[in-house]
Amino acid sequence: MIQADNNRAWFLVLPVVLVVAFTAIVPLMTVVNYSVQDIFGPNTRVFVGVEWFREVIEDDRIRAAFARQFLFSFLVLLIEIPLGVAVALILPLRGWRSSLAVVAIALPLLIPFNVVGMIWQVFARPEIGLLGAGVNALGIPYNYTADPLSAWATIIVMDVWHWTPLVALLAFAGLRSISPAYYQAARIDGASRLAMFLFIELPKLRNVLTIAVLLRFMDSFMIYTEPFVVTGGGPGSSTTFLSINLVKMAVGQFDLGPAAAFSLLYFLVILLFSYIFYTILQQVANK
Amino acid sequence: MNLAVEGVTRSVEGEVHLSEIDLVLEPGLHVVIGRTLAGKTSLLRLLAGLDRPTSGRILIDGQDSRKVPTNRRRVGFVYQQFINYPGFTVYDNIAAPLRRSGVARREIDGKVRETAEILRIEHLLDRLPAELSGGQQQRVAIARALVKEADLFLLDEPLANLDYKLREELRHELRTVFRRSACAVVYTTTEPTEALLMGGNAVVLVEGRVLQTGPVLETYRAPTSTAVAEVFSDPPMNLVAGHLTGESLSFAGLTVPCPTHMRALPKGVLTVGIRPNHLIIDPVPGLAALAGEVELSEVNGSETFVHVFAGDSSFVVECEGVHAMPVGLAVRLGVNPANLFAFSSAGDLLALPEPGTQQ
Amino acid sequence: MSEIRIEGLRHSYARNPTASDLWALKQVDHVWRDGGAYALLGPSGCGKTTMLNIISGLVRPSEGRIFFGQRDVTEVPTERRNIAQVFQFPVLYDTMTVRGNLAFPLRNRGVGKVERQARVEEVAAMLGLSDSLDLRAAGLGAAEKQMISLGRGLVRADVAAILFDEPLTVIDPQVKFSLRRKLKEVHERFKPTLIYVTHDQNEALTFADQVVVMYDGEVVQVGTPEDLYERPAHSFVGYFIGSPGMNFLPVQPDGERLVFPGGALALSGTVAGALPDRGALKLGIRPSAVRLSGGKDPGAIPADVIDVEVLGAYAIVELALGPTRIKARVRDGAPIPSGATGVTLPPEQTLLYSDERLIGALA
Repeated sequence: MIQADNNRAWFLVLPVVLVVAFTAIVPLMTVVNYSVQDIFGPNTRVFVGVEWFREVIEDDRIRAAFARQFLFSFLVLLIEIPLGVAVALILPLRGWRSSLAVVAIALPLLIPFNVVGMIWQVFARPEIGLLGAGVNALGIPYNYTADPLSAWATIIVMDVWHWTPLVALLAFAGLRSISPAYYQAARIDGASRLAMFLFIELPKLRNVLTIAVLLRFMDSFMIYTEPFVVTGGGPGSSTTFLSINLVKMAVGQFDLGPAAAFSLLYFLVILLFSYIFYTILQQVANK
Repeated sequence: MNLAVEGVTRSVEGEVHLSEIDLVLEPGLHVVIGRTLAGKTSLLRLLAGLDRPTSGRILIDGQDSRKVPTNRRRVGFVYQQFINYPGFTVYDNIAAPLRRSGVARREIDGKVRETAEILRIEHLLDRLPAELSGGQQQRVAIARALVKEADLFLLDEPLANLDYKLREELRHELRTVFRRSACAVVYTTTEPTEALLMGGNAVVLVEGRVLQTGPVLETYRAPTSTAVAEVFSDPPMNLVAGHLTGESLSFAGLTVPCPTHMRALPKGVLTVGIRPNHLIIDPVPGLAALAGEVELSEVNGSETFVHVFAGDSSFVVECEGVHAMPVGLAVRLGVNPANLFAFSSAGDLLALPEPGTQQ
Repeated sequence: MSEIRIEGLRHSYARNPTASDLWALKQVDHVWRDGGAYALLGPSGCGKTTMLNIISGLVRPSEGRIFFGQRDVTEVPTERRNIAQVFQFPVLYDTMTVRGNLAFPLRNRGVGKVERQARVEEVAAMLGLSDSLDLRAAGLGAAEKQMISLGRGLVRADVAAILFDEPLTVIDPQVKFSLRRKLKEVHERFKPTLIYVTHDQNEALTFADQVVVMYDGEVVQVGTPEDLYERPAHSFVGYFIGSPGMNFLPVQPDGERLVFPGGALALSGTVAGALPDRGALKLGIRPSAVRLSGGKDPGAIPADVIDVEVLGAYAIVELALGPTRIKARVRDGAPIPSGATGVTLPPEQTLLYSDERLIGALA
């Protein structure tokens, strides 16, 4: 039998264990704690089992918010991933032009989320905003405070503007790592530009695109600040996404129990979908 | 420092990397020779204290190595890849281990320059590793391992990634360095020629087992089994089934009078070993020969390894000089029976040719 | 298929090359004959990769022309040059099957399905890939992958030359044998022009019928592997080919003799009349040609044995001829003297060099 050489080694791991405990496990357990109890005051609490979970699942507003959220994430992925790849493909690969382009592309990523919201809130105003007034001047009725379709369009365009750069940068890094020998071989084989993209670039981008899809799914599924600033969830509840709904429940109505149960379900859905995406993309890769 | 390995086995996830290793490593040079995946790196990692044996123990000066922490073992380790600190100059790279152990500045300077001189990199001290050739980078890595005057100096195929001209140069210098040093040096290689050049003790490792140990040249001349004969011979020794009667030996469709050194062997089947350099292409008349066809001739340094298919087996012939023999060329292969090795069918050595026999 | 002719080629990566060291290729004229198996050999930085890129069309030369047969292709881009290339590491279309990979160059050129099938099957059979045709190329071993790369060149009927850029770097030593043999078979069968670029002497000499040795931006010798070993045209070739390399002894002419510190040789043969007026003179002799004659040979040069390395099939003996050091290669079993002995340098194997270039043998 082998005995440990030096048991003191375990003490070295202790700080990490403590940090993780305080940053992740304790807050999570607090949420779990709230989700299974009805709390009236510091000393009066009742164990309610899965009552809050049932309430959340049966809540029509939450179901509607889930549906809205899926639609939003789906549209965002559908636009941002191809667009990001397209942008990456037209960027110069090397030299000072390349550095300059990368910095310019990355600018939206450096702006705080609430400022992004503010920018678009003003930019898209039908009466004074450059975009809003412009679209109306073209004869297209557009008002994001009154018309749900306008509100959705605004939020999606804003998200595309904000986050396509991330996809583009990831794809760009992926493209840069492809050895020139592949392009040389393709030219020798007489491949067209499209064939080079389909048979060299796309397969080599698979890993970074997996990461891009995961990141964009998780982030878009949790979106809060920007729509909150632009539409506040309206008009009506047409842009009330899950986070906005959650905050309304927890802070607005102080329904801590259902909000906690909702949070946990929210978390599990993200985890589940991320896992599904990852598994599918890996299987495609290995087939 | 005396290092003893006692009945050491190491397995990882059910796969045996080393099996029942017993070794005594006294100060001096030990060359571990084995093919890729024979367990050479696993053995070095155990000696360095980076891995622990699954069973058995390693004794350092009689004390169980588990009681000696890795950082107090004074081990120098040189890897196959050229590993240096990329942001440090050559000087700082070499000085790094001394600084870490708090050696005085004046003393560091002296030692760094002395070591750099031994490895002929004294003119490169201000450069960064990226500005050096592969050979120079490996010299820096070796200097860094040498400078701290370790008790145990481990080198894991240090020349494998170098061009052969650089390899040629560096191995001569390493040999000189090791001859001077008083510590135990364990040097692994896949190449028999390199092992012979380094000298010292040979440890032949085959599939995780130590098959033979002893002075390098003796081990080369007298392999105790076919496995050793194959590993410790480049190209590997030719092995063919043979049959011994009282007066004659037949193998590969050839029958020759029983050579003197095989007279005492029992009659019956055996394995005949022929060193590639003992096979002669188109020999003078009078020498037993069989007809064959060239499969490929490979040039290796100043030799050509000619692969010949003859009888029903493939043979490798080592010829001096460079010869481009076309594929399919008909040749005759001759051998002087006095140069043949005899092994049992199970692979154990039965009879050795007399050393120094003329072809 | 046609020969590839290079005329007055010079190339520099600098914009206004002035100093001679700015030229990656100083002056190259060479003809790659149709159907030849060539190796382009040289150390790193000798210009062989530049040469490769100029042939493949990746680099446009600063000066000079390159012809494929009668056609001047200096300005023609890679895709219209009819060359194929096997790279250092396998370059494959990962998502395709082996069949897809092999058919790809034909599909791009609009070759009909029936002909495509036939070509792919034929080449796959030659390369031993018939059983893997419907497997995904990405899942195969490095050796098979390199075979596929080669196959993409072989399927095309129009290829003028197949270029190899250190193709065996990623191949395990145990598998190299079969790959090397395969290359010979392929050459025998299809007779394509093959140009194999490598820094590895053994690879070059094993592969090629003709080896083009480059050194410092110039071609220093073109010859068979035997030529390079036995009659190196440049002292670099003598050093670079063979292990250990050739012995070189700086000498001074002195009447009928060539004198070096520690001995002298009679100046005879054709070189006696061809001695240049100036330029540093050197004698070159392979370690295997040096004879240890003991005290028996009356013409022997006195020498001391200072080191012996027994390397199995042979031993390398280091000798001091006065202050001059040379190496001799002695076969296993031959007697090795110790201490003072005598050395004979056979004139027919002792070569004279002037300014690093071969003048001739001493006999």
